[in-house]
Amino acid sequence: MSPICLFLFLWFDFNRINVLIILVIFFLFVLYFINQAKKGKSLFVRRIAGLDAIEEAVGRATEMGKPILYISGIEDMDNLQTVASMIILGNVAQMTATYDVPLLVPICRPFVVPVAEEAVKQGYSKAGRPDAYDKNNIRYISDEQFAYTAGVNGIMLRDRPAANLMFGSFFAESLIMAETGFSTGAIQVAGTANIHQLPFFVVACDYTVIGEELFATSAYLSKEPKLLGSLKGSDLAKFLIMIILILGALLETFGITKFSSWFFVR
Amino acid sequence: MNTHDIIFNGIAAFLSISIYTFLYKDNPLYKFAEHLVVGVSAGYFAVILYYNGFIPKLIEPLRQGKFEYIIPAILGIMIWTRFSRKWSWISRYSIAFYIGSGAGIAIPLYLQNYVIRQLHATMIPVGFSTWQLFSNILIVVGVLSALFYFYFSKEHTGAFGGVAKLGIWTLMIGFGAGFGLTVMGRVSLLSERVVFLRDYLAELINYIF
Repeated sequence: MSPICLFLFLWFDFNRINVLIILVIFFLFVLYFINQAKKGKSLFVRRIAGLDAIEEAVGRATEMGKPILYISGIEDMDNLQTVASMIILGNVAQMTATYDVPLLVPICRPFVVPVAEEAVKQGYSKAGRPDAYDKNNIRYISDEQFAYTAGVNGIMLRDRPAANLMFGSFFAESLIMAETGFSTGAIQVAGTANIHQLPFFVVACDYTVIGEELFATSAYLSKEPKLLGSLKGSDLAKFLIMIILILGALLETFGITKFSSWFFVR
Repeated sequence: MNTHDIIFNGIAAFLSISIYTFLYKDNPLYKFAEHLVVGVSAGYFAVILYYNGFIPKLIEPLRQGKFEYIIPAILGIMIWTRFSRKWSWISRYSIAFYIGSGAGIAIPLYLQNYVIRQLHATMIPVGFSTWQLFSNILIVVGVLSALFYFYFSKEHTGAFGGVAKLGIWTLMIGFGAGFGLTVMGRVSLLSERVVFLRDYLAELINYIF
């Protein structure tokens, strides 16, 4: 076997070449729109209802003179939802710094702590109030899911935040936290891409950011060309998926299976 | 049940009840249980990380002469610079590496499992001749309308808004089913705890009398 063949054999799983092709197409879309955004072309993104809710929550906390609690989920920084949550946190920090509202950020994973510190610090700096940044408000609670939940519930009950913002990756703790927050009378805005936890947020929170809206929210708030570009790129990818889906279903109906079988992943 | 079981199961029963007192309101018993579980878990995880992470994934490979493991060790040490105001910027390199590698692993996996596999599973024959084919229409229309809802480049107005509304209804029906299923799971967890408390009480009475 020639060295090139050996290299290809060792490094590529040819059973999943379809994944590679789709990934490349997706990245091309994203890179195109990032480039457009960098050139200064205005990219339209519709407003998400949850964003108004965040502003409403900050306004309510300002009126009540009570803190805002920001929960970034229980996953580590390698989870894309936590990354999106940190971007939203930076923008929330900017709002709270502007209105002089304390922002409490209990954290589940040690690695998220420095990122959250940076995000909040940057938010305070952007608002022109770096002196108001209090490192002690970003607290590591525990790595253990329900110990973290118990700690957050304790904060909700004792500090009585006016608003609870929950954005990130949540699991079984979602209903416990959302229900406790509801019982304290706080306005609650939540968002997660974990489909199995969304029902709980929908029933227990005032506003829910559903699935991909979480990533769209972070792009919309930050106005970062890279994030806006990836959002527009994924929109175009969705459009393509819709066409493929309709075409695939029609071909299947007429007994042509070759098209859909190309999308089969082993 | 021997004395040892009575004592340790007694602690478990006491802590379970302490946590449940939260249903009434915040109280010293709940506070005690909360602080205990947070403190114990922090210590427990530190020990777990030491024996399951630090020793087998760094010390042992280094002992075996696998010196490339020094690179992640250095990245780990760089995180500690956060304690210094002057040098805290160094930690950003470790964070960037961690987030970058995490995203690199996650994106193809997400695409494969949440996009391509779902797409393949939704390309199904449709029609009105059988109930199965009609159900397939509902699946395809539901998926398409949900995709319309998550399309951010256009306002949800007019016909587009109507389809997006159908999408959010589809999602809500799914959420309703998911809610019911999970609540049933939670009820079974509660039953398990209640059975534990009941059995413990019975064993305690037997032990005393």
